[in-house]
Amino acid sequence: MRKGLPGKQYYNGKQGEHMKTKKKHWYDYLWIWSIVYFALGFFNILFAWLGMVDFLLPLILAAFGGNKFFCNHLCGRGQLYCKLGGDLKCSRNKPTPKWMASKWFRYGFLIFFLAMFGNMVFQTYLVASGSENLREAIKLFWTFRIPWGWTYSGSIFPDWVAQFSFGFYSLMLTSLLIGLIVMIFFKPRTWCAFCPMGTMTQAICKLRNRKAISDK
Amino acid sequence: MASKRYATVDKRICVACGACENICPLGAIKVHKGCFAKVAQDKCVGCGKCEKVCPANSITMESRVNI
Ligand code: SF4
Ligand code: SF4
Ligand code: SF4
Repeated sequence: MRKGLPGKQYYNGKQGEHMKTKKKHWYDYLWIWSIVYFALGFFNILFAWLGMVDFLLPLILAAFGGNKFFCNHLCGRGQLYCKLGGDLKCSRNKPTPKWMASKWFRYGFLIFFLAMFGNMVFQTYLVASGSENLREAIKLFWTFRIPWGWTYSGSIFPDWVAQFSFGFYSLMLTSLLIGLIVMIFFKPRTWCAFCPMGTMTQAICKLRNRKAISDK
Repeated sequence: MASKRYATVDKRICVACGACENICPLGAIKVHKGCFAKVAQDKCVGCGKCEKVCPANSITMESRVNI
C-alpha cells in the first residue's frame, strides 16, 4: 500500500464489496517482532533462541499445512523489508537481477546456507564436548568476527547453549543485512526471491501438492 | 466493465512469497497452495501494483483480448 486510499481509486463504486479497505490482522504487525528480536540480542544473546520459531514454524506449516502461510502473512522480516523499502522508500525499486531469482542461485544459496547452519551446529557440538571454548563473538557474513561478550556473563545453562546463541544470532543478522542490501538496490522484498526459508517451504509445498498443481 | 489489462504469473519463476497478495487492493492475486501465485482475472483491474513489488519478476501485465 504505497499511497492514497488503497482500493478506492480503482473502482467507481459498482462493485461495493471491493470498496472496503483491507482488514488489518494481528499478524500484520509482526515486523515489530523482527526488530525486537535483533534488539534483544544486544542485551542478552540467549534470546537468539527465540529465532528458532521463525525457523521451525514455516517448515511446520509447509509440511503439515502444505502452504506458505508463514511467508505470505507471518514473516516479520518480509513485512519489515516491505515497510522500509515500500512505505519508507528506502529501495530503488529496480527489478531483481534475473540470476538472483533463478533456480540455481536459489538452491545454491539454500545449500550454502544449510552448510553454514550445519557448521554452526558442529561448533556448538565442539563446545558441548569440551574440545573448544565458548567464543563470545558474532560472525558477520561468515567472515568478520565482532566481539559480543557484553551480552553474556554466564547462565544456568551449559556453555554450548550460549555458543549456539552466538552462532544463530550471527546467521540471522547476516541474512538480515544481506536482505537490507538487496532491498536498497532492488525491490523491497528481493531477499524473498532467494531466502532459504522461502525456497525450502516452496519446495516442500510443491512436493506435497504435486498432484493438485500438475493438472494446470 | 473489465479493465484493459490484467496480471499474469509465470509460475515457473514465482517464489510464492505473497508480496503480490499483500499489495493487491482487490484480493485478485493469491498464492496457491504455497507453490505460485494465481490471478483471478475477473477481479483484476490491471493496476500493476503486484508487478511492481514482485521480487522474482514473475508478473507480466497483459492486454485483455476481448475487452
Ligand atoms: S521468503 Fe523468507 S523473508 Fe520472505 S517472507 Fe518467506 S521466510 Fe520471510
Ligand atoms: S510477488 Fe511474485 S514471486 Fe511473490 S508470490 Fe507474487 S508472483 Fe510470486
Ligand atoms: S494488477 Fe492490480 S488488481 Fe490485478 S492482481 Fe495485480 S495488484 Fe491485483
